[in-house]
Amino acid sequence: MSFPLAAAVPTAPNIDWAGLSPLLVLLGGAILALIVGLAGPRAIRTQVVPLIALATFGGAIAAVISLWGQSIVLIEGALQLDPLTLILMLVICGGGVVATLLAWRDQAADEIAHGEFFSLMLLGAAGMFVLVASRDLVTTFVGLELLSLPLYILCAARVREERSLEAGLKYLIIGSVGSATVLYGFALLYGATGQTGYNEIAAAIEAGSLATDPLFLTGVAMCTVGFAFKASLAPFHQWTPDVYEGAPTPVTAFMSVATKAAAFGAIIRLFDVAVRPAVEAWQPIWVAIALVTMVVGNVGALRQQSMKRMLAYSSIAQAGYILVGFVLVTDLGVQAVCSYLVLYSLGNLAAFTVVIARERETAEGDKISALRGLGTERPVLAVVMTMAMLSLAGMPATAGFMGKLRLVEAAAAGDYAWLVAVLVVLSVISLAYYLPVVATIWRGETQPGTDAASGVPVLAGGAPEADAVSGHAGWELTLVGVVLAAAVLVFGIIPQPVFNLVASAARGLGLS
Amino acid sequence: MTIHLSIILWLPAAAGLLALLLPGRLARWISLLGALLVLAYAITLLADYDRAAGGLQYVTDAVWIRSLGIHYALGISGLNLVLLATTAVIFTASAIWTLVDEPDNGKPGIYALLMGLAQTAVMGAFMAQDLALFVIFFDLMLVPFYFLIVIWGGPDRTKAVLKLFMYTLVGSLLMLVGAITTGVMAANGGEPNFLLSELAKTPLGSTAQGWIFLAFALAFLIKMPSFPFHGWMPDGYSNMPIGVLAVFTAILSKVAAYGFLQIALPLFPDAAVRYQELIMIVAVASILYGSAMAFTVDSARLVLGYSSIAQLGFIVLGIFAFDGRGADGALLQATNHAIVAGALIFVVAMLARRTGGSEKLSDMGGIAKGAPAFAAVFLVFSFALLAMPGTANFVAEFMILLGTFESKMTFAFIAAIGVALAAFYALRLYISAMHHRVGEKVHSFELTLREGLVLVPLLLVVIALALYPQFALEPAEDGTSRALSAAQQVQSSGSDTSTTAQGAK
Repeated sequence: MSFPLAAAVPTAPNIDWAGLSPLLVLLGGAILALIVGLAGPRAIRTQVVPLIALATFGGAIAAVISLWGQSIVLIEGALQLDPLTLILMLVICGGGVVATLLAWRDQAADEIAHGEFFSLMLLGAAGMFVLVASRDLVTTFVGLELLSLPLYILCAARVREERSLEAGLKYLIIGSVGSATVLYGFALLYGATGQTGYNEIAAAIEAGSLATDPLFLTGVAMCTVGFAFKASLAPFHQWTPDVYEGAPTPVTAFMSVATKAAAFGAIIRLFDVAVRPAVEAWQPIWVAIALVTMVVGNVGALRQQSMKRMLAYSSIAQAGYILVGFVLVTDLGVQAVCSYLVLYSLGNLAAFTVVIARERETAEGDKISALRGLGTERPVLAVVMTMAMLSLAGMPATAGFMGKLRLVEAAAAGDYAWLVAVLVVLSVISLAYYLPVVATIWRGETQPGTDAASGVPVLAGGAPEADAVSGHAGWELTLVGVVLAAAVLVFGIIPQPVFNLVASAARGLGLS
Repeated sequence: MTIHLSIILWLPAAAGLLALLLPGRLARWISLLGALLVLAYAITLLADYDRAAGGLQYVTDAVWIRSLGIHYALGISGLNLVLLATTAVIFTASAIWTLVDEPDNGKPGIYALLMGLAQTAVMGAFMAQDLALFVIFFDLMLVPFYFLIVIWGGPDRTKAVLKLFMYTLVGSLLMLVGAITTGVMAANGGEPNFLLSELAKTPLGSTAQGWIFLAFALAFLIKMPSFPFHGWMPDGYSNMPIGVLAVFTAILSKVAAYGFLQIALPLFPDAAVRYQELIMIVAVASILYGSAMAFTVDSARLVLGYSSIAQLGFIVLGIFAFDGRGADGALLQATNHAIVAGALIFVVAMLARRTGGSEKLSDMGGIAKGAPAFAAVFLVFSFALLAMPGTANFVAEFMILLGTFESKMTFAFIAAIGVALAAFYALRLYISAMHHRVGEKVHSFELTLREGLVLVPLLLVVIALALYPQFALEPAEDGTSRALSAAQQVQSSGSDTSTTAQGAK
């Protein structure tokens, strides 16, 4: 409640620089990467810039850890640094570290220059921080845009490839529609309540019993639609497969983990704090969105030929599962969302790692057929991909299973056992697209005839340099894959550390 | 005592890992050694288990996932004592089989690892004394089988294994939701605890029991499989490699039967009584359907597959008679069927070795001519399958029918037809393979030494059980009386008044 005070005393707002340190590190790193990216020698551009990005993400993680357990309000109520922010920042920066390693030798970074590429990635992460920490409508929108704009550019980073440009343009248009919808919704919320701060909005709703006010409810509906666009929830998901497929794969990997965490952080804050008094009105809508998202994601992923498209639909389905934790509006539900985000990210990033390795090694790009014979050719990557698929499918002894277990428990405790029963039945469909990938890897025999037939047209269609196959994937990919696969297995057997990590996730939200 | 069960549980997985790390030539032998060690351990348990005291012994209990209240709790009771030893026997036979017919593909280490993981998961499901742990092991069982089938399976393996997975996981995952809901509801707002002993103390309300029981029943009936949930079976059985199929048909189906006794009846007695007749109808339908199909199919494997459906129908019928003798018979039959069906799967593979690779009955015939000893061994297993008086199968089926007769006479009459039908399909299998005109592709030869090593130990177990079924029945009586007591209590109190009282809790 420092607002009146700030208005009365004409001094600059008090800024807790230590609390802002993750943001400052990311912004500083982004500027540094941009400057170093101008250096003459190619070696500096291709090697030092990614190192700076790595160090920045590492520094941001260190800053997050140093702030661990704190719960403070920053910049006069604009941002809130609480366990939820810190946990999600850990996921985002962890995703950033992996994405940086994946992008190290990527064509995309070469094509739009390394400085720009990594700088934009760091800026996007900074936007994510603002978004998950925001407790004010205006700040939320700033965060949303700071997150989105760099990603529009990154999606189009392979400037010589039509697919990538198309992805960038599509993402820009759809993303702008989403942003506009959110902004319209915010305007209506402000109009109805006269407040922009989340806690103040909640208080105004209760004081004026606005929970059934048409203006207010229209605002909530617009926000729901806008965030559903951003988090690629059905039926607002149509952009996702195209963008995921067209964007450079390291960017896709980053988006599928970090953007998702940020979007869910924002959704949780807006709905569980600001408009919670109207929970009766919006909860059924979100339940419906969760159901539709699970169906659309799981059915859409069937029969996909491209790994990236399949993973795009799979990430839609997974977002549907995460929503189940969110719609409970309980402390356990938020914990389940956070642990699921952490545990799901491991398998998902591992899958993208192997996809990138195969893109560089074979002429088949991200096709599932590029994985044929992986079991004998590259047994290590084969095991990584296998663990990733089993984890995404939620098989026991993998991280994904423990994430689902936590969701099931939270839903059972929140009287939504039926919803989670629907979840598991729908997740059986997911076996029909995860397991064939595993079968392709291990089935041994290759069918050279079909290989050649499917490989040739792709080569003929693209520009020659876009299809250059370097032949070897790079040691860092193997390293990342092995670490992630090991984490999938370890957290699948000993999940308690993750559950401890997220135990206080909902502390700043005031949920029961 | 604490350390005992963890050793036997993880030994197969450890042996498999060792086999993977050492040179390929050694893999099969290490796998076999691991299986033999587990067998020795299981026999030690058989001898050491205090039958007079009964109940749960060698209990291991440690908190595994604190936030969820899941314990790593293992124990041996009258229910799982003999089944555990049976598991060890079958996995050993399967390991010996790799000496007869080496899995090709040049990855014996991976095969050994996957079989080890499978055995660990199966034994974990048998020994788990925590509901969530049971469900996790039950689901985990399937994972190694996926790879075993995908890498070494038949021509249609990708489709078959997907079908198998989707069928069984629908049941298993619903069971997972049911299990977690049980723990959360029993905790009533407090910290959940999934220990079976704790959950049995606080039965759930009647409505919750209803759907959770059905979820468990569905999972078990699919896994067995029972009619009409057997859709995965024909493709699945046709495409599994022999050593894997033997384990699958012998052991995995028994985990499901065991699940009824260990989990479903003690935890959801009201619902079990309410749905008794429904489950018995499924059981009788399985007996009739399985037998009828076993008459007609041409594939020797599928004769056994469909006969399994029928045999497991008997087991379920015995359990759901809620009569001590019926359940004892069911548990004994679980062991009998595991040994006999496992052995006959190997026999089918040996027949195929003598008919140029074909497993069709129409391609067989006259194999007995060059292989009298093989014919004799096969005949004993066939007699056991049809429950000839003198075999333990006869004792078990008699007890099942007796128990059913006492509680639900109609079902017993219909099920008794199944006994006669069993004679028909078992003898059809034997006669059309071994006698009749010699098939065109048949090139018969006597049992080889390694084939003998697979079959003779199983034969000895069949004979031992025939001579002294009491050995398996004794601990079973203790186990089943505990498992049935809750359901019998509900049944004797007769009406739903008791359930509503419990529901109010």
